[in-house]
Amino acid sequence: MSSQIISQTMRTDRLPHIWCPGCGHGILMRAIAVAIEDLKLDKDKVCIVSGIGCSSRASGYMDFNTLHTTHGRALAFATGVKFASPELHVIVVTGDGDASAIGGNHLIHACRRNIDITTIVFNNNIYGMTGGQFSPTTPKGDKGTTAPFGNIDKAFDICSLAKGAGATYVARSTAYHANKMIEYIKTGINHKGFSLIEGISSCPTYYGRKNKKGGAVDLLNHLKDTFVDIKVKDKLPPEKLENKLFMGEFHHSVEPEYTAEYDKIIELFSTGGEE
Amino acid sequence: MPRLCYLLERGVVMKKNIKLLQGNEACVHGAIYAGMNFFAGYPITPSTEIAEVSSELLPKNNGKFIQMEDEIAGMAATIGAAVAGSKSMTATSGPGFSLKQENIGYASITEIPCVIVNVQRHGPSTGLPTSPGQGDYMQAKWGTHGDHPIIALSPTTVREVFELTVKAFNFSEKYRTPVILLMDEVIGHLREKIEIPEVGELEIVPRKTPEVKPDQYKAYEYTEDLVPAMANFGTGYRYNITGLVHDETGFPTNSTKEATRLIDRLMAKIDNNLDDILIYEEGYALESETLFIAFGGIVRSVKEAVLKLREQGHNVGYFAPKTVWPFPHNKLEELSKNKKNIFVAEMNLGQMIEPVKLSVDDRNIVKGINKANGEIISPEEIIESFMEVVK
Repeated sequence: MSSQIISQTMRTDRLPHIWCPGCGHGILMRAIAVAIEDLKLDKDKVCIVSGIGCSSRASGYMDFNTLHTTHGRALAFATGVKFASPELHVIVVTGDGDASAIGGNHLIHACRRNIDITTIVFNNNIYGMTGGQFSPTTPKGDKGTTAPFGNIDKAFDICSLAKGAGATYVARSTAYHANKMIEYIKTGINHKGFSLIEGISSCPTYYGRKNKKGGAVDLLNHLKDTFVDIKVKDKLPPEKLENKLFMGEFHHSVEPEYTAEYDKIIELFSTGGEE
Repeated sequence: MPRLCYLLERGVVMKKNIKLLQGNEACVHGAIYAGMNFFAGYPITPSTEIAEVSSELLPKNNGKFIQMEDEIAGMAATIGAAVAGSKSMTATSGPGFSLKQENIGYASITEIPCVIVNVQRHGPSTGLPTSPGQGDYMQAKWGTHGDHPIIALSPTTVREVFELTVKAFNFSEKYRTPVILLMDEVIGHLREKIEIPEVGELEIVPRKTPEVKPDQYKAYEYTEDLVPAMANFGTGYRYNITGLVHDETGFPTNSTKEATRLIDRLMAKIDNNLDDILIYEEGYALESETLFIAFGGIVRSVKEAVLKLREQGHNVGYFAPKTVWPFPHNKLEELSKNKKNIFVAEMNLGQMIEPVKLSVDDRNIVKGINKANGEIISPEEIIESFMEVVK
């Protein structure tokens, strides 16, 4: 089964990937591949756009129309692709730094426009490609190579940010909860509007080591133990929610989609024969 | 005298599409003539009319306009739309041009055709936003990091804005490169009568798409003309585009050999076609003793000065590159023989003067007429500079 997913969706001649042993990104990339396969999308009509960073190398391995862009700008490039060719399924793969630091402005405005793009954020809480600097999602107090005494910045909650900015489908899963990740990505692709699915990843090489949180297995177990589905939040006693984080579907609404709204403007002139 | 519309109604004169247009407006008309069907931008003085007119005309011509969240995004969406098959353009001025630079470099190395209009204003920084300048000349060539090819065109009249916008689209498709239309506020806001060319009157270059089947397609193949065919996303050719150094398959490589090969090809595809790319205007340029050189709005002052000086019996001429990058070194070298003086008039403290000096045998004869305070250089000032040197 899994080998078929690889041969159907991956550029096998580009593998093995560059990610470190134990990195959670491979699980998240596989989740995207399985979601596309399950939905039986026409491969020629799928476009994967990515920015810069560990996460963004995913596009090169996936056998679709792939656009590996500049740091932080994936959503702005993707907006051009989608707006010009609404028939394409545009999926953005980005990281926590790429999406919420250098690309933060593009993220909130893509959410606001509700353009039909599915954004998958591989959040490993660190800048991995450049060697372990703290990112906007590094928890307060944790260490990075540019926060040797502990990070004093408050972390972003990317899902809350996306919801607040107007995204119409927002969900979070983790590299441990791979099946949920697949399910949310499928919902996101089928959703007509801007969807953001945050996949909490793990970085044993930098984040894990800097913060003495153990190796690959420890980090995955940490995801398993820390994340609680938002659906059961209210059913659990407060002591069971201590130090927990939440995953699940945070928001799902139907609102006018950007490219469809613009088509209505074009429609005004397509029959009138004006200039 | 009967009014023109009366004559038109009577069929007395042939109906021509004559408009009174601003340079910025003519740019949009030229772009749509060239096939532009996508514009992404961000408001900035003094280029804003280009976005405004695009927002009105594009949906009426089955095209699309989007106002992005910032200048960087405007450049990115312009490139993204081109990848999906559009002929796309963005427009900006000084500060926005600075912000777009990284993605201009991306379009250059990934060979995505697109047009970037920079209506130059005074700088640096916010400078004098409503006043003209030509201080972005060097930036147009060197603004983005790393060695890369670029084509930049600079118009002098409203009609030329129209024609060079069409050329900009043509060059971008033919050579798969970003092309900069380097206007200045003088021309951007100047109104002139313009006869819009008939359909078919000006050449329109379509995108060169692959003729081979998808499994035989190499996105960055080394072909004889050095310009690989470009498959638009969604047409069945699944390939990879990256700003990393890539081999002919389009996938990244760390090979220094491939890096050499790629950058050499990118430069050569432009350098091998200078006969096609270099556009210039000249008047009495070869025979004159003194040559004036200018680009963009200042060509108007230079032509007026040359006219007046010649009336006074001075043996002067002018040379006005329309293609300002690549610079027409060989042409100028030829023209500069036996010159006593060469003046370069520009609204900056001396930028085009550098490639001019590189083109002549004796750089001591090259003098600058410069102004960087938001004012144009008048014909009188040019005449004055000439008189000071020759008397």
